[in-house]
Amino acid sequence: MSERLQLATVVTILIVLGLGLTLYKHFSLGFPLLPGEVTQAWTAEARISFESDGDDVEVSFALPQSSSTLRILDQYSASSAYQFKRVETDDRPRAVWKGEGKKGKQVVYYQVVAFEGQGASRPIDRVPPTGTDKPDLKPAYLAAAKDVVSGLKKKASDPVAFATNLIQALAASNPDENVRFLLGVSSDANSRTRLAVDLINLSGTPARIARGISLEDGRRREKLSDLVEVWTGRQWQDFAPDTGEPGLPDRFLLWQRGGESLLDLVGGHGSRVTFSTLSEIRGTQGLVILKGEEEKATLVDFSIYTLPINQQNIFKLLLLVPIGTLVVVLMRSVVGVRTSGTFMPILIALAFKQTELLSGLIMFIVVVGIGLVIRAYLSRLNLLLVPRISAVVIVVIILFAGVSIASYKLGIEAGLTVTFFPMIIMAWTIERMSVLWEEDGAREALVQGGGSLAVAVLVYLTMSIPLVEYLTFSFPELLLVVLAVTLMLGHYTGYRLTELRRFAPMVHE
Amino acid sequence: MSRFVRPSALRAAGILGMNARNVSLISVHNPRKFYPRVDDKLQTKLLAEKAGIAVPELYGVIRSQGEVSGLQERLSGYSGFVIKPTHGSAGKGVLVISDRKGDEFLKPSGEVVDAKAMERHVSNTLSGLYSLGGKPDVAMIEALVEFSDAFSDYSVEGVPDIRVVVYRGVPVMAMMRLSTRASDGKANLHQGAVGVGLDIATGRALQAVQHGLPIERHPDTESHFGELQVPRWLELLRLSASCTDMTEMGYIGVDIVLDKSRGPLILEINARPGLAIQVASGTGLLPRLKWVDDQGLHAASLEERVSRAMSEFSAEPAVVEGAH
Repeated sequence: MSERLQLATVVTILIVLGLGLTLYKHFSLGFPLLPGEVTQAWTAEARISFESDGDDVEVSFALPQSSSTLRILDQYSASSAYQFKRVETDDRPRAVWKGEGKKGKQVVYYQVVAFEGQGASRPIDRVPPTGTDKPDLKPAYLAAAKDVVSGLKKKASDPVAFATNLIQALAASNPDENVRFLLGVSSDANSRTRLAVDLINLSGTPARIARGISLEDGRRREKLSDLVEVWTGRQWQDFAPDTGEPGLPDRFLLWQRGGESLLDLVGGHGSRVTFSTLSEIRGTQGLVILKGEEEKATLVDFSIYTLPINQQNIFKLLLLVPIGTLVVVLMRSVVGVRTSGTFMPILIALAFKQTELLSGLIMFIVVVGIGLVIRAYLSRLNLLLVPRISAVVIVVIILFAGVSIASYKLGIEAGLTVTFFPMIIMAWTIERMSVLWEEDGAREALVQGGGSLAVAVLVYLTMSIPLVEYLTFSFPELLLVVLAVTLMLGHYTGYRLTELRRFAPMVHE
Repeated sequence: MSRFVRPSALRAAGILGMNARNVSLISVHNPRKFYPRVDDKLQTKLLAEKAGIAVPELYGVIRSQGEVSGLQERLSGYSGFVIKPTHGSAGKGVLVISDRKGDEFLKPSGEVVDAKAMERHVSNTLSGLYSLGGKPDVAMIEALVEFSDAFSDYSVEGVPDIRVVVYRGVPVMAMMRLSTRASDGKANLHQGAVGVGLDIATGRALQAVQHGLPIERHPDTESHFGELQVPRWLELLRLSASCTDMTEMGYIGVDIVLDKSRGPLILEINARPGLAIQVASGTGLLPRLKWVDDQGLHAASLEERVSRAMSEFSAEPAVVEGAH
């Protein structure tokens, strides 16, 4: 029984491994379990234009980072005339373009693809401030500012609540007198944000401005909007500019943080940075794969997805073969269908995937039928095995050509796909069926030929279920489960379905 | 006919299924490495002769095309013989010669085979025309069995043979296969041959089935099966049981023919015996196999294995103990 124990152990390990990896990919990496799941993705494009001074130019541009609600998947420069590279300074990414001998108006683009992803967390900015900036306020304003600060400080002393209250007070539709005085004539969102930062700094808590862009569909020539960031003692906390709530507004892509500049330009002048945003629907799976590649998640990094698309398509088909073998094993061991050739049905089913079922079936029957007649004649010549099969292969190819040409002339396009049938397999099928016919009679040949064809159709139908196609390709580790089930079936000692009928006369009831 | 029964009913009837046969019997009791002993008919014969087991006498072996030209000399002195490929299946490539007239040979049907045709047949055999997978083969020449007339009332074409399933050295079930006109001379039950279940105790017919259904009389000769009894039964069972010692395989089907003078002879041994014997006997194999395991009979002597099986598996009412 140790053999059974071994099998049970192997099967358990395979199932745990296969299902475990699948669930890990689903829950941890975000692979959807069902096909067709889509996610909203956003493309933000920065357009940087400037006048060149007529010679070498160097542009350095701040780049966004993922946040707790937005995940950057892909980003690229779209300016082939410049040498481009990404650099990291103080953990902040910047894009650097270098060009030589540039004249006149120059434009470079940078595109970022982001989506609202679960489980993505931005690197929290924990770099402490170097000191509280002393806000540069005129004495008249200073008094009013101090009034506002001390008034709010009475209500809340902790920096987060204080900042919330302050932002709300500034954004109020009917602000208090001091606030109105401080805001002056310009009361747009960005100047309110700058005032909030000044006042929070005045209160003794370090604060600064962060800038980013709100992702909305079809926005063009946008400017970055400002946010308040407050040092809570442990990290920099963002606040929504309208409500004062801690945290980033929805779909807000942080682009420029801390003291860094948005754009440094050497060798040019008159620079302008505008942003446009666009929403698009993308398959979740594709986004997840991009994300996995970005994170170097081993399961994605060493997976089929990293192969060229061409090879991926081949694998899509190959990964279905185990499903076919499982169907064949089930049909043979559990149902008891007799097929000629163990795995011939799978190869026929693969051919059906190229030809479409009905036309494939018709062509298969036509080619095998004619082949059998010709093979019956060959058997009278008493040929040796290898020359005989070679002759059948040649006949099959002639039949392929005949069917193709005849159907094309008749205007049936489907006939041309006959070449998708593996000709060697067809030749062997003809050979086997013919031998069967001679040795065991026409009935047995029809039973086995029909059985093979029925199993092939079943394999084809199983392989064509979109969910099966999707799961085998997205979760190849499920093949371990298929392997486990196949191993278990290898020890199946129960009756076959056909035996329930075959031995029925022996049971007296 | 197209009725399905519940698996529990088959289990209750003790019927062995194909999966159980493959997993629990063949893969456990028949080691792969011994398969050539039964798949190669020459090896089977040589092993049997060494072990003193009765087989049709081997007249000669032709291994290479070079030996084909010497065929006539080797055949001189024999008037009836059989030439067969050692790896053939289903009787393919078996040439039966029952008599000779000068340089020409006669088939049982009266058809004349000249020396050239015979040489061509042997040459084709060597090239693998009749062997499984078309592999180059060896031709062997053996004595023509002079079939006992015990069954002449029950056969029209072909030769009736007796299949005994031997489990761990114990003959557990037996049947006779009779070809019919419907089966085109073939002894395959699938193709309409008649299977006659035989009582292990006596060699008497238990029942006969054709196409899975019981019949009383032979469809062609009209002879009643009730009178059929295999002669030299004990000898035949011992012969079949001894094949286990020779092949070292625990689950085999032994095909035996009866020679007029020599008695039972081993024709072939099958390492994957089919399940139709259960239908012919109207009995499931499982209880019998279990009995052999429970009794630990495989360690017993040949005589004991056979005699214990004869009393245990007897269909005579007197010996059946409380089972129904």
